[in-house]
Amino acid sequence: MMRNLLVRGMLAGLIAGVLATLFAYFFGEPSVNVAIGLEESGGHSHATAEGGHGHGGGEDEELVSRGVQSTVGLLTGIGAYGIAIGGLFAVAFAFLHGRVGTLRPRLTSALLAAGAFAVVVLVPFLKYPANPPAVGSAGTIGDRTALYFGFAALSLVAGIAAVVGGRGLADRFGAWWGGLLGMGGYIVVMAVCAALLPVVDEVPAEFPGSTLWTFRTAALGTQLVLWSALGLTFGAFAERVLRERAKAPAPAGQR
Amino acid sequence: MSQATATVPHPVQVSIPLREIVPWAIFVGILSLIVLFFVSTEAGAVELFAGNGLVHEFVHDGRHLLAFPCH
Repeated sequence: MMRNLLVRGMLAGLIAGVLATLFAYFFGEPSVNVAIGLEESGGHSHATAEGGHGHGGGEDEELVSRGVQSTVGLLTGIGAYGIAIGGLFAVAFAFLHGRVGTLRPRLTSALLAAGAFAVVVLVPFLKYPANPPAVGSAGTIGDRTALYFGFAALSLVAGIAAVVGGRGLADRFGAWWGGLLGMGGYIVVMAVCAALLPVVDEVPAEFPGSTLWTFRTAALGTQLVLWSALGLTFGAFAERVLRERAKAPAPAGQR
Repeated sequence: MSQATATVPHPVQVSIPLREIVPWAIFVGILSLIVLFFVSTEAGAVELFAGNGLVHEFVHDGRHLLAFPCH
């Protein structure tokens, strides 16, 4: 039962990853290429300071060519991310299904995907947005990574607390108010956290604003495609798995 | 909505027992976190394997476009 859900979660994640890769290739790669061009031509050469950070095509040693990075590398990165997220998504779905609400599986899946996208991607993105190559100095990568994942972890904890809290409040005030209070609480907590944590602004003055905009919207779009496809595909799979189980005459959940 | 649920012959709202979920959750949790680490962070802020940033370079574009801090 759980195994079936997990396998389908990872499969849905892989499908979502492939779709997101297509989106990223057509909408994200152009601005990545522009940014890499700037990185190599401009004086903002943080890449050479560290060594081994060549992005191909430049004077530094070419570890992986741009052609590989923008195709196979892109697919591997986003595909692996999709599979991992798909597995975690299936586990989260199994915990939620029938506990938080009594919605049918594909609705639970769609709502979970929307909520998880907001908590795991959108809110961290609003505080610490994605940066193209040539933005961000090599010296602060440790701090920026710690801040990004720290904030994402805070968001995840607050999101889970909001679901648990909202579920409890729903018993007292009804599903509508329970849900709204949970979401409101999450937003307040995250707004306070975002206000307290330090701002990261390392965009060089000469970096074109339009490239930054297209890169960031493409990055957010890639994640949006991934989570939408995951929620819808997994929902269809889960619906079938759970219906088969409900039809089986054996006592439920013995495996 | 209420009409639709009344006609569904097999209610599918039964939850999956926790003792069935937890072992899988731990297994998948650990596995996924390892994969996510390699996609998002290896040879960026932390480097576990001395590959001269090979992992970083290979998943470079994905890492940028998935909104992780890359370098």
